[in-house]
Amino acid sequence: MKIVGLSGSIVGSKTRIAMNSAKKALTEKYPDLEMTLIDLADYDVKFSDGRNFLDYEGDTGFVTKTIMEADAIIIGTPIFQASIPAALKNIFDLLPVNAFQDKVVSMLVTAGSPKHYLVADLQLKPILSYMKAQIVQTYVFIEERDFHQKEIVNDDVLHRLDRLVEDTVVLTETFKKVREDKEAEYDF
Amino acid sequence: MKKYRIDESKGLEFGIYTLGDHLPNPATGERISAQERIHEIIDYAKLAEQAGVDFFSVGESHQEYFATQAHAVVLSAIAQATEKIKIASSSTIISTSDPVRVYENFATVDLISKGRAEIVAGRASRVGLFDLLGYDIRNYEELYEEKFDLLRQINEEEVVNWSGEFRAPLKDARVLPRPVNGSMPIWRAVGGTPASAMKAGYAGVPMFMAHLGGTASVFKRTVDAYREAATAGGHDPSELPIATAGFFYAAETSQQALQELYPHINEGMKRTNGQGFPKQHFAQGVDPHNIMNIGSPQEIIEKILYQHEMFGHQRYIAQIDFGGMPMDNIKKNLDLIGTEILPAIKKYTAKK
Repeated sequence: MKIVGLSGSIVGSKTRIAMNSAKKALTEKYPDLEMTLIDLADYDVKFSDGRNFLDYEGDTGFVTKTIMEADAIIIGTPIFQASIPAALKNIFDLLPVNAFQDKVVSMLVTAGSPKHYLVADLQLKPILSYMKAQIVQTYVFIEERDFHQKEIVNDDVLHRLDRLVEDTVVLTETFKKVREDKEAEYDF
Repeated sequence: MKKYRIDESKGLEFGIYTLGDHLPNPATGERISAQERIHEIIDYAKLAEQAGVDFFSVGESHQEYFATQAHAVVLSAIAQATEKIKIASSSTIISTSDPVRVYENFATVDLISKGRAEIVAGRASRVGLFDLLGYDIRNYEELYEEKFDLLRQINEEEVVNWSGEFRAPLKDARVLPRPVNGSMPIWRAVGGTPASAMKAGYAGVPMFMAHLGGTASVFKRTVDAYREAATAGGHDPSELPIATAGFFYAAETSQQALQELYPHINEGMKRTNGQGFPKQHFAQGVDPHNIMNIGSPQEIIEKILYQHEMFGHQRYIAQIDFGGMPMDNIKKNLDLIGTEILPAIKKYTAKK
C-alpha cells in the first residue's frame, strides 16, 4: 500500500506539523507501511497548463507522478480566505479528471478560526468526488489553540489523527478487497 | 461525397488504424524492436487489404512507446506494398509541422499509391512534441487553426498567396507535386466533444471522430452538432463525410474478446497515459449500445449497424493492435472481418 501525505500550502507551519503527527501516528500503528510526505513548500511546482501529467518535468513531474502512484492520500490543508490554498488547487488542476479513481483520500484541516469548519465539506470534498476519490468522510479539524510552540498540545486532536490514519488504512484495504472481488467476477 | 472519394452505394467503409504504438506484450513483458514493429505495421496494411478492408491509417506521436513519428515515411512504404486500400494519417499533427512539407509528403504518397492518400490533421493529445519541435504550447489552438487552414488552402489552390503568424508568407507559391487528382481528401480530427466538431462543421471539413469508449448515443450529440454547424456555415451536410474511430476486437465469444483484449488496453494505457482502463467500464464495452466494437462477429455486426443507423457515418475505422497485440491475434481478427463482418455490413449499409 502506497500512502502519500500532501501538505497543501507553501506558507505557514501548522499544516506541516499536523501532517508530521499524522505520519508519526501511521508509522507507529503500521510499522510496515510507508508514507511519502510531500510538503508543497519544499517543491517548485508549475501552474497547470492542461497537459498530461506525464509530460511535466522536474518537481511538478515528481509531485504529480508520486500522487498518481498512491493507493491512499492524506491531504493536509490550511484555510485561506474561506477556501483551500491556490497551491493545493493547482495540484488538482495538474492531474487527470479521474485521478483519484481507486484511491482513498482523507483530510486534515488547520484553521485560524472555527468559522472555517465546513470549508472542507463545501469546497474540498466536491473536488475530490469529481475526481472519483473514495473519501474518508470524517476529517480532522485543528484550530490555532491546539498548537503551542510548533507542537500539537491537544490530546484530543492527536486521538482524532490516530483515528483518521486508521480509517484511511482500513478503508484502503477494504476498497482494495471489494475491487479485487468485483474484478475477479469479470473473468477477463 | 465524390470529392472525398466516397461511394455510398458500396456501403459503410470499413478501415483500420494504428497509432503506431510500440508497447510490450503484457502476456510476456517483451517488446519487439522498432524495426520489427514498423515491418509489422506494413504487413498489417497488406493483410488488411487482402481481407477486403477499405482504408488503413497510421498515427503520429512523438513520445515514448511509439514508433511511427515519421508516419508519412511509413505510409509511403505501405503505398508501395499495397494496391487498392486507401491510406492516410491518423492523425498528422499539423500544429507542429510546416503545412507545405506535410502536403509535399502526402501528395508524394498519393502519387506512389496512385491516388489513394488522404490526410487526417489533428492537434495532439499529448504535448511533448511542442518542446521537441520548438513550438510554444501556449499557441496550441492558434497553431492548429492557422496551419490547418493553410493545409486546406494548399489543397484547394495550385498557386497560394498566404500570410499568417506562425510561418513565413507565401507569395504566388506552387506547392508541388500535386496529387493524382489535383487535390486529396483532408479531414479534421475531432476528439469527441461537440465544440471541436462544430469547428469542422462551420468550415465544411470532413470530420474524423475518435472515441475511446462510452455510450454510443453520447457521440450522437457530436455528430448532430457537426451537421448543424455545417448547415449554419452554408455547407451541405449530405456532402460531408463523417468517420468514427475506436477500439475493436472480435473473437468467438464476447467473453473471449474481453479476455484477449483487456490486458493490452489496460497496460498500454498505463504506459502511454498514466492510467489504466477500469474493468467496470471495459466490461460495459460489450453492451450493444456501447461504442467500443468488442464481441463476437455477430455482436459486432449488430453494433456497427446500430451506430450507422444512429450516426449515418460513411466510414468506421478499427483499432485492434494497441498495446503489443500479437500478430496472430490481429490476423484472426482480420479473418473474421473479411469473412463475416465486412460482407454483412456492406450488405446492410449500401445505399441503393
